Parts: sequence; C-alpha cells; structure tokens
Amino acid sequence: MTSTEPQASHDTAAAPEATDTLTEAPPKETPTISSPAGNPMGFGRMLRKEDARFLRGQGHYLDDLVMPGMLHAAILRSPVAHARISSIDTSAAEAHPQVKAVITGATLEGLNLAWMPTLSADVQAVLATDKVRFQGQEVAMVIADDKYAARDALELIDVDYDVLPAVADARKALDPEAPVIRDDVEGRTDNHIFDWESGDEAATDEVFANAEVVVGQEMLYPRVHPAPMETCGTIASMDRVTGKLTVWSTNQAPHAHRTVYALVAGIPEQNIQIISPDIGGGFGNKVGIYPGYVLAVVGSIVTGKPVKWVEDRSENLSSTSFARDYHMKGEIAATRDGKILGLRVDVLADHGAFNGTAQPTKFPAGFFHIFTGSYDLQAAHCKVTGVYTNKAPGGVAYACSFRVTEAVYLVERMVDVLADELGVDPAALRMQNLLRPEQFPYTSKTGWEYDSGDYPRALRLAMEMAGYDDLRREQAEKRERGELMGIGVSFFTEGVGAGPRKHMDILGLGMADGCELRVHPTGKAQLRLSVQTQGQGHETTFAQIVAQELGLPPEDVDVIHGDTSNTPFGLGTYGSRSTPVSGAAAAVVSQRIRDKARIITAAALECSPDDLEWERGRWFVKGDPSQGRTIQEVAMLAHGTLELPEGVEGHLDASVVYNPPNLTYPFGAYICVVDVDAGTGEVKVRRFVAVDDCGPRINPMIVEGQVHGGLADGVGMALMQVIAFDEDGNCVGNSFMDYLLPTSMECPSWETGQTITPSPHHPLGLKGIGESATVGSPPAVVNAVIDALEPYGVRHADMPLTPANVWMAMQGRPVRTDLAVQ
Amino acid sequence: MPQMIKVTMTVNGEEVSADIEPRTLLVHFVRDHLGLTGTHWGCDTSQCGTCVLWLDREPVKSCTVLAAMADGHEVATVEGLEVDGELDPVQLGFMNEHGLQCGFCTPGMMMTARWLLDHDPDPDEATIREAISGQLCRCTGYENIVRAVRWAAQHPRTQPTEQEVQA
Repeated sequence: MTSTEPQASHDTAAAPEATDTLTEAPPKETPTISSPAGNPMGFGRMLRKEDARFLRGQGHYLDDLVMPGMLHAAILRSPVAHARISSIDTSAAEAHPQVKAVITGATLEGLNLAWMPTLSADVQAVLATDKVRFQGQEVAMVIADDKYAARDALELIDVDYDVLPAVADARKALDPEAPVIRDDVEGRTDNHIFDWESGDEAATDEVFANAEVVVGQEMLYPRVHPAPMETCGTIASMDRVTGKLTVWSTNQAPHAHRTVYALVAGIPEQNIQIISPDIGGGFGNKVGIYPGYVLAVVGSIVTGKPVKWVEDRSENLSSTSFARDYHMKGEIAATRDGKILGLRVDVLADHGAFNGTAQPTKFPAGFFHIFTGSYDLQAAHCKVTGVYTNKAPGGVAYACSFRVTEAVYLVERMVDVLADELGVDPAALRMQNLLRPEQFPYTSKTGWEYDSGDYPRALRLAMEMAGYDDLRREQAEKRERGELMGIGVSFFTEGVGAGPRKHMDILGLGMADGCELRVHPTGKAQLRLSVQTQGQGHETTFAQIVAQELGLPPEDVDVIHGDTSNTPFGLGTYGSRSTPVSGAAAAVVSQRIRDKARIITAAALECSPDDLEWERGRWFVKGDPSQGRTIQEVAMLAHGTLELPEGVEGHLDASVVYNPPNLTYPFGAYICVVDVDAGTGEVKVRRFVAVDDCGPRINPMIVEGQVHGGLADGVGMALMQVIAFDEDGNCVGNSFMDYLLPTSMECPSWETGQTITPSPHHPLGLKGIGESATVGSPPAVVNAVIDALEPYGVRHADMPLTPANVWMAMQGRPVRTDLAVQ
Repeated sequence: MPQMIKVTMTVNGEEVSADIEPRTLLVHFVRDHLGLTGTHWGCDTSQCGTCVLWLDREPVKSCTVLAAMADGHEVATVEGLEVDGELDPVQLGFMNEHGLQCGFCTPGMMMTARWLLDHDPDPDEATIREAISGQLCRCTGYENIVRAVRWAAQHPRTQPTEQEVQA
C-alpha cells in the first residue's frame, strides 16, 4: 500500500503552546485546480455550502417548522422505574378547553399499536398498558392547541401505580430473586436477553494457560447519552382524503424509518413520506424510532390535523437512546518481555427495559468483537450476555461505530494494565505489538479483515508531535516534587461503513445505499443521497466527490438528501458509514456519467471512445487536446439531437446501489497529557495530540472539525458524563445540571495530525472519520489519569473520573460510577 | 382561554407588539410569535445557551427570561447580525474557520462573540473560552469557535453600523 508522508496539521506542528495556533491565520491547503467560484475542483479545503443559512439563523430544524392547523403534543411519563398501572383517569385532561385528544395505552390497543418492533427484533411499548418498566416511560399523550396547554393538561391525568421492586444494577439482573421485567412475553422467567460469543475459546484458554504473564481487570464503560443540542421531535400529518402520511422528524435514517412506519402502522409504503430537515446534531441519538414519533402519527390520525411533538431535555436524556453500559472483565496474556499473546473478555451488557439497540442483526453485541484492536495476537475470545434492567432502552448510540468504542476502551485499558504489570512504557509496549504494515490485509482472530494500515508510523508521528520523551522527563521531575502529571496513549482501529449486504442488515434491510446523479442540459447537476447529514457537511463534501470524479464545479452540484420521496433508498447516516458507503456510491455514479460522456463525446467528434482521454471535466482526443468536449458541453449534447450509438439512451443521468465489499478500517494514535490536583482529584486536560488516518480527506477542514468534536466527547465521557441510577431506578442524570457536558473550559486546544493510507476496496480509498475520535479518545484520557495516579498505586478507576471519583481512587476506595449509591 | 397581556418591545430595531400569556418565555416569544427561529431552545435548565440573544445589548439565556420582562426593552437576535446584506465579521469568522457543524448552537455562540468583541476587540484564547463557557457545542470541540472569534477580531468591520453610530 502506497501512502503519503505523515504530517502534523498546520495548527500543531511543533506548537505545544496553544496560543500559537491563534496568533496567525493558518495556511490554507491550495487545490491544484479551482472552480469558477474559487472552490477546489475536487478534494481540498472548501467552505461549506450549508453555512449560508445556518449563519443567518435561517436553518430549518424540526421545531422551526409550522404546518397549517398544527396541534401540539406532550407526553406523560412514568415517575417510577417499575410499577403496575392499576388505573388511568384522563377525564379532567379531556375537559381542558384547549385539549383536542388524549391518547393512552388503551387507545393504542384498540388500534393494535400499543407495541412496536425495536431495531433488535424485540418489542417496545409505545404507551404503557400493563406496566411501566423504566422511569420516564411513555404513559399518555395529550394533544392541544398549543404547547403550554398540552403541558398543563398532563398535570390533569391521574395514574395509579402499584410500585414494584426495580432492577437498577445490571449485575443483579440475573439473580434468581430479581423481578421479571418483561413479563409481557409469555413464559419469560428471567431478565436474560442473549448470550453471544466470538473467537476461539479453547485456543484462547490454551494461550492463557501457557502464558508467562496473565493480568485481569474489571472495568465499566458507563451509560452515557449523546445529547445533541437539538432534542428529538416530529410533526406527523395524515391526509385523510389521500391516505398519505407525511412525517417530518429528527432522524438520521429516513428510508429505514419509512419502512418501519409501514410495518408498524400498516400504511402502504408508497403513501409515506419521511422528511428529515436540518438536524441539530445526531451522534446516534436520532437513529431509532421513538414512541413519541408513533404517537404523533396516531394523534394526526385521531385529530385530522398535523401534530408536532418535541421532547424537552430531560425527556431526551431519560428516554431516548443511551449508549454503552458495558460491564467488562478483561484478561490479557503476554510473555515476560512484552509480547501480547491473547485477550479474553466477559461482558455483561445492560440493554435497559426493551432491547432496542440499533445494529446489524447478526451482531447482538455490535462490532464489539473487534476488541483485539490494533495488535497481532495468537488467540482471543469474548462472551457477551445481554440483560434487561429497569432503565431506558437503547444501547448503540453516541458515535460508537456499533460498540467499537467499548472494544477499543477494553483493549487500550488492558494494554496499559499490562504495561503497569510489566513495568514498561505503555507507548513502547504498543509499538512492540502493533500490527506491521506488511501484515495487511490482516484477518483478526475474531474474523475481521483489516483493509490497510501503517500503525507504527501513526504512533511515531503522535509521539513526535507530543514530544513524548520530554513529557516523560517532565513527569519524572514533577513526581519528585509530588505533582501529579499523567501521559495517556491509545491506539485504535475501527471497522466502519456497514456493510456488506450478505452479512449486515438492520431489521432485514441490507446495508447498501443508493445514489442518483442527474446532470441537467446546462451542465448543472443534482446528486440525490440516501444518507442524512446532521452537521457533517454532506451538501459540501458530496459535491466535492462529484467534482473530483466528473470535473463539475462543486458549486454546480446540488446535494439532495433527507426526503424519502426525492432520494433513493438506503440505510442512512450512522456508524461512520456515509463516506465509506454513500460516498462510494457517489463516486461510482459519477464514474458512470463519465463513461457515458465518453461515448457521447466520441459520437460528437465522430471517433472511437477508445481514442479519447480524460482530464478532470473533459474528454479529448489522445494526441490532440484541442479536440474535445467538456462535461457541460456533453450535457447539452446528451439532451439535444445528436445521433447516439445503438443502445445509448439520451440524457445524462445515472443511478447506482453500492454494496460495500468490506468494512473500512480507519485508525489513529492519540496522546493525552493531564495534570491532577492531589488535594481535590480534579483533572485538567493540558494537551491532546490526535493522529488520524481515514485515508484521503475529501475536505480536510471538515475532517479536522469532526476530529475536534470527537475529542471533546472523549474528554466528556472520561471525566464528566454518566447517566447513573439510584437503587430504585431513578435516573439521576436527566438534566444538564446533573449530566455534565464539556464546555470550552474543559477542552484543551486540540493538536491534530494525519497519515494517509487509502482503503484498497473503496473507489476513492476513503475510510470514514465521523466517530474515530469519540472511539479513540476516552482510553487516552483515562490512561493519562491512571498514569498520573501511579504514585498512589492505582491501576484502574472507572469513568467518569470526576474529582470525587479520582479522590476516592486515590484513597484506595474506587466507586461504582453507574450507581448513585456508595 | 388564559388571561393575556400586551407586550411591546424593539426586536432587531423594529417595534413589535403582541398579546401573550404572561408566562410566555422570551425564547418562545421570538420563535413562535415573531417567527425568528434562529434563536434555538436546547435544555430546560439554562445550561446549554442555544437560546442566547441580547436584551438591552447584553447576552441573556432567553429560556429564563419572560417575554413580559422584555416589555419596553430592546431585543437583538441572530437575524439582526447581517446588516444591509453584509455579514457580521463574526459570521464570516465562523464560516472561514469552520466554527459550526450542525449549526444549532451557532446563533447563541455568535451573539456572545459579537458582545465580547464589542467590549474587547482583541480577546486572547482564554478570554474567548471564558466568554462562551456558558454555552454548549457538541460538534466542534470549541477549537474552531475560538478560531472563528479570533478571525473576527482580526477582520473588524470597516464601517460602523448604524446602531453603533447611534450608540
């Protein structure tokens, strides 16, 4: 695999002082060819098309939309985690002068809509009928003239709950005396969902039995929530005359939503239009279909009016897709001189009250079995047990690449635990064990085929940028003085771009994506995508893909997305799949247009297509560059009267479905430097160096921006964020007063660098970047904090490493961070 | 129907009047009554700052201000940043330094940034970080927001706005 020289990005080269990045404007990458508007004719730094509306406050997010006659809905939620509903009295609410309808579970039972399928072949209550199973579960919906009145009327609904014991601790979910949460399923006698394993258990056991060094560590990846700034919401409008349902909703996967609505509500799929407007951040929170969405549809059917429902922040944090909640027991085997031999892990996965994780059907633990990470092992094995608890459903959200996040955290903590056991430097131990470039394509011990990589080069670059040896010297000096400074390293490999149809589907829908390109007579084009941007800048980057492949100026390519009636089918944007899958589709569809343009050019010049040569934007006669046709000229010819060869249709349109042959495998090396206050346990992230390799970068500015955001996520999860519960199942992280997100004060000035190793199977070599930093950064921060606590003999402490939790770890009394009790 | 009150205020230089419920929040008033949806709403607890606008030329979280409290006062929102078709340097800075991704926190961030530059035309990184510390962004990790504000500081408006002249 050829690849370009590694480089630190402009803002970081030899610039440990953060302020240096601000004193002068960074140099901009200069593209080789510019479009008439001054944009790169292809890849390169290009300002975003979508900014024009966002900067003026003219975006159209869901809650900005107003439909004629629209009503407003609010949801009554359970105040307790587990209870039988003995009665619901809605009469006072119905008598409220501004209330148009009140919907309860009984209403839905009459419509056979009380339960809906989840994305993991379970069912979830749309409204509780028999029991409530988590605090915040949907119990009733009020539809009123305005949102204040709808909220008022919630107070008028009287529900009697017979409270039951709750299962808030996943580690007790399988106890024989644990209350059975899902007694809606006949014959169910426990809270067990699934057992799943990967790897060769016998071979792994043998490696461990013969290893010189075996070390184990229990760790928790706590429940967190992606918390996009815009909460979830919908407007549903059922036209009673035509039978057509239009749904505007905050969603990352409009086509998948359309199919699910058809299956749930029995509405013919051709009569359903899903529109995903501007999305104020998704991160996986907006993949699933929530009860509120379905209820708004029911509300529109009942009232005959468009119904808007927008959740508030506490509803968002306490009822929509959470992430992680993985209780992991890891073991690592090695030789005494540091060669890693094997890894095994036992996971208890808390899926909440309904199994609603969004992931490919064959993989109930997502892609967790990529937990061998970036290392060459002899054997590996994992077991995952999924359980129900009285907590909100979900499990795969928050930029996790289908649980690669948990896998990377596990292996990167285990490597540090091993380094601690062996008394060696954690960076050196990684360098010793990283896969070597000549081992690619590499098939891992759990069956993944890593496409390409040069791992040591990325780690070397990160260490150079960080000044690793100097940092270690500084740390040694500070330890002499009793100051706590830590340096944390992580190296990650992701598998993204799900995925090959024969292996991967969601609810039976194969994970291929369609794409259509229409080049109009004047040479301006529309590109129609199945995926949906939530801030990633698709309107810009996908136009750049067309520019790269076809030589159409990116400003001449309108990217259309987020509307099922105006785009081809596909599975949507999550798991970093837009560039690997839909981006490949955009490249292939452009190439089809280019091939057709060649035939048309040949017809116009009365020569053979074989006589033509391509330069970006133009076919010309080999040896006579003056004889040729631009893509714009071809567009007019294609729509005109030029006689075309037999079998060649007119016009310049094409469509494709791209079925990825494999996942792509972005990787990176991260180094975090922290200072810990020995008196308070407060952690300050001083520096963070991130070297990412996602293959070539369509728009380096946008890639770097996504890395920045993911790094902030890592700092947040490692140090601040947790959705914890008390023993009665009360959620104690359901507002921004309790669920702490990083601000500008907790984040350092990020230092980013890159290496470029193209994917051999993606048509443009692209690998995807959206989740890399969120996946790779938490272990770097945690490893740094644990490194700082070395004088205290701390080998591990669970996230979030709040001052209190760090201080407790320093006292030798680590806490269960998922439970709001000691 | 609930009892209504009349409020009158100046919004982006224009006087507006409306009959509203006394409990109407300022964020809902500008969004739902005036259709100025550039100001967003993102939490219940005054933490996120997507609702930041100016009340009498000071940034406030408009989810914690009653519209009635703005009666007789001056409100400015993101829709007023662009003057006579010219984007504010802050808006240009956010575009040039990629200070926004999903765009949801952006209006609030820009209103605070404009206020900061009006009071401190050449703020350093630490000052900028402190100024926006009451506002959350989930996409950018704040780096490019800081750079955007620095860009705006380095590219001030050449002509004072009408409002500035009057002030």
